[in-house]
Amino acid sequence: MSKNKEYFIKRGNSEYEVIIGLEVHAQVLSKSKLFSDSPTNFGAEPNTQVSLVDAAFPGMLPVINEFCIKQAVKTGIGLNAAINKKSIFDRKNYFYADLPQGYQISQYKDPIVGEGSILLDLPDGEKKVGIERLHLEQDAGKSIHDIDPQNTLVDLNRSGVALMEIVSKPDLRSPEEVNLYIKKLRSIMRYLGTCDGNMQEGSLRADVNVSIRKTGDKKLGTRCEIKNVNSIKFMQMAIEYEANRQADILEEGGSIDQETRLFDTKKNETRSMRSKEDAHDYRYFPDPDLLPLELTDDFISKIQKEIPELPDEKKKRFVDKFKLTPYEANILVSDIETSKYFEDVIKNSDIKLATNWITGELFALLNDRNLEISQSPISSKNLSTLINLIKDGTISGKIAKTVFEIMANEGKDPKSIIDEKGLKQQSDPKEIEKIVDDVIKENPKNVELFKSGKDKLFGFFVGQVMKKTDGKANPKLVNDILKKKLN
Amino acid sequence: MSDIINLTLSVLIDKIKKKELSSQEITSAYIARAEKSKDLNTYITTDFENAIEKAKKFDEKGNFDYKLPGVPLAVKDLFCTNNLKTTAGSKILSNFIPSYESTVTQHLWDEGAILLGKLNCDEFAMGSSNETSFFGNVESPVGKKVVPGGSSGGSASALAAKLTPATIGTDTGGSIRQPASFTGTVGLKPTYGSCSRYGIVAFASSLDQAGPMTQDVSDAALMLDVISKYDTKDSTSVNFKRGDYFKSLSSNIKGKKIGIPKEYRVDGMPKEIESLWQDGITLLKKLGAKIIDISLPHTKYALPAYYIVAPAEASSNLARYDGVKYGYRSEGENLISMYENTRSEGFGDEVKRRIMIGTYVLSSGYYDAYYLKAQKIRRLIKNDFDEAYKSVDALLTPSTPSSAFKIGDKTDDPVSMYLNDIFTVPVNLSGLPAISIPAGKDKNNYPLGLQLIGKAFEEQNLLNISYSMEKELNFKNNLQDWWIE
Repeated sequence: MSKNKEYFIKRGNSEYEVIIGLEVHAQVLSKSKLFSDSPTNFGAEPNTQVSLVDAAFPGMLPVINEFCIKQAVKTGIGLNAAINKKSIFDRKNYFYADLPQGYQISQYKDPIVGEGSILLDLPDGEKKVGIERLHLEQDAGKSIHDIDPQNTLVDLNRSGVALMEIVSKPDLRSPEEVNLYIKKLRSIMRYLGTCDGNMQEGSLRADVNVSIRKTGDKKLGTRCEIKNVNSIKFMQMAIEYEANRQADILEEGGSIDQETRLFDTKKNETRSMRSKEDAHDYRYFPDPDLLPLELTDDFISKIQKEIPELPDEKKKRFVDKFKLTPYEANILVSDIETSKYFEDVIKNSDIKLATNWITGELFALLNDRNLEISQSPISSKNLSTLINLIKDGTISGKIAKTVFEIMANEGKDPKSIIDEKGLKQQSDPKEIEKIVDDVIKENPKNVELFKSGKDKLFGFFVGQVMKKTDGKANPKLVNDILKKKLN
Repeated sequence: MSDIINLTLSVLIDKIKKKELSSQEITSAYIARAEKSKDLNTYITTDFENAIEKAKKFDEKGNFDYKLPGVPLAVKDLFCTNNLKTTAGSKILSNFIPSYESTVTQHLWDEGAILLGKLNCDEFAMGSSNETSFFGNVESPVGKKVVPGGSSGGSASALAAKLTPATIGTDTGGSIRQPASFTGTVGLKPTYGSCSRYGIVAFASSLDQAGPMTQDVSDAALMLDVISKYDTKDSTSVNFKRGDYFKSLSSNIKGKKIGIPKEYRVDGMPKEIESLWQDGITLLKKLGAKIIDISLPHTKYALPAYYIVAPAEASSNLARYDGVKYGYRSEGENLISMYENTRSEGFGDEVKRRIMIGTYVLSSGYYDAYYLKAQKIRRLIKNDFDEAYKSVDALLTPSTPSSAFKIGDKTDDPVSMYLNDIFTVPVNLSGLPAISIPAGKDKNNYPLGLQLIGKAFEEQNLLNISYSMEKELNFKNNLQDWWIE
């Protein structure tokens, strides 16, 4: 998959540009549902988180959960978007077994959040991706077809859970941009605490709109919508497949039918689900059980004040204040917990070393053990101590890696590890000089060879000194003294 | 015993408080009469045994400070009642037993009232004659084979026949006022947002409103005191300062300005309705009110707008009755055929008609021409009233364009049936309060009602005007108890 903007589908002499827009469904992080007080815990026993409202019993009425509204506004602000002071909840009418009301309460013409944007960091610079809108809606329940051969079972735990549908403009041009877009969106929402972005649990899923056009064409091609894709990898695979499928059709002189398609993750292909002609008529109309939602300036400005520093600002601060490269800053800010960890570490230790140790050793460790940074076996305090021990020459960088490993396995603080294992660096010049003298004495031939110009042998002498000190000698001192003695 | 059932609610309460009558005596009297009045078909479900039990308990250790101390009441079967079957007059809910209580009925029980049972109504409150109920027609005590009106037909009939001292109904386009008018009783539709809709089987959410149906205006005020309360469980409930309606009743209406809307003088209106209206005007003048001719220019569009908005909302509100979760289910080969069978068998013709109309007016390509236009008309109708209320305090109109008709007379002609609501629907479209009080009789001795329409949230004003008129009108139903077995 292409790593940059230059992603094209080639067919003979033709080259097609791929146009992608996403409708992301992000579950609002909230203890209770959008219109009822049922809990939203993931993985609960089927039908244990269902109120009479969620199950649409006669006479039951929706009541807006103010917290969900706050979360949507917060997200809107995080997306640099216009907050609509008046929005309307509509009913989207269709029949399905896991849709108890026979309609989904959603926002159609008047969403709570209007146009905004997200900044992507591409290798060749930043790219602004437009947000068309964000609206709130209820999730449906779940139909389970594979437990009972005779019946479909319905679990209404999700029924009524608040979702934010975040619709992008058709500004994305490659699977990689989609990857960056989803990650950035998720990062922003995690910073805000408005969505946990957990794709395995279905907290974040997307409908992917794909069309292609000959490079240079201005007019958009006919798009196909791939429904409900639940991982970035599948989104990328679906786009790849779909763009190529469309290119094949156009190359053969055919035309694209506007339709809704499904991505088959096993066969890695998209399949037609329904054509435009078969599209549902959802008969949207304002939900008469709910009055138009009107937000006061005060309500919005209070939320505005709760907005934390977001990834873009944080990145800028890291670059400006800590002199990190944009690349380093990006890595450190993409996850709020990582950035917190980083800032904790550098409170009392060297920034450069901290950056390298976090993005190097620590990330490798977490990756290896499949851990989040919040689960790191090495606390920010201990890492900070370790870095200071390197910095002040107590241990060498090499020994530090050994200490780090022990810290990772035993969770102890570096000082006690160094004491216990006697790993403290030998930094007494007199002692090192004695050892250097020994090494020179024991290797007269090599000394001669070195003096006659075989510079590479310097490393041999360093190695010998280190061997004698179990690697604990201060490498800088060893170098300096060896140089002095050999020349 | 016969004395008891002839008492109004407020007198009954007085006697209970003075311990001149026990809850048990009263409850038994109403039950006994109901047992002999089965021909009227007012009840869908009775809860008599429990009622007696509760009455006993009340007499033993009841709170006599309650507003409805130990008073037995039957209610329309559109209110969900905990542990008691609630059908909305439909086959599709014929086996439905709620595990919860509507807010409005809960208020009744919280004030000491005792549930007698659930009263018949048009299916999902869709009808003007109680002929669409799955549980059969209701007869009006005012005459054999006469409809009680609808949709709160069972409530009106039971009240007029003295099977319950008072009751509550719901009014979406006239469903309290029209049957009240047909049965010589008082029916009040409060301002939209006064009484919670929580737990009431929904017909058209933006129009539905519960309200009292009583023997006289005082009783209506008393019932309104109990049921009009702000409820956070209904997002359309309004938190306004409610009056102390019963206590504040006053028959002094001197200087009140009453508007007479010329558009309510419709073609083909029977002379007797015309003169009823005229008599009402004369009476108001006599009572010291000032009569002002006004115009509500968009009135003629109210009925068509209503028959777009109400079915549109209904088509969506009734989507939940799909056989999946509760209620009637007819099996099918797959989900779609289960839906089709369930809904084909579970709903009656009138409900199906409205679901189809509603689905049509909301569908893509028709939405703007019907639903959106109807909403605009609704706004214009509301504006008409707002304009009128700049110069008047209330409006006086007939409640219905005709008196009660015979069962079967209009069932083949839905439009003629819908025309019954011509004077009542503008009120629902505007969210205003209105009351129907019995004011006279037609040539068959069937009652006729006058409607007073008030300003939003000014129920007290409406009650006072009707209270003062009622005193002078001195209406008596004088029923002959012909239906008693």
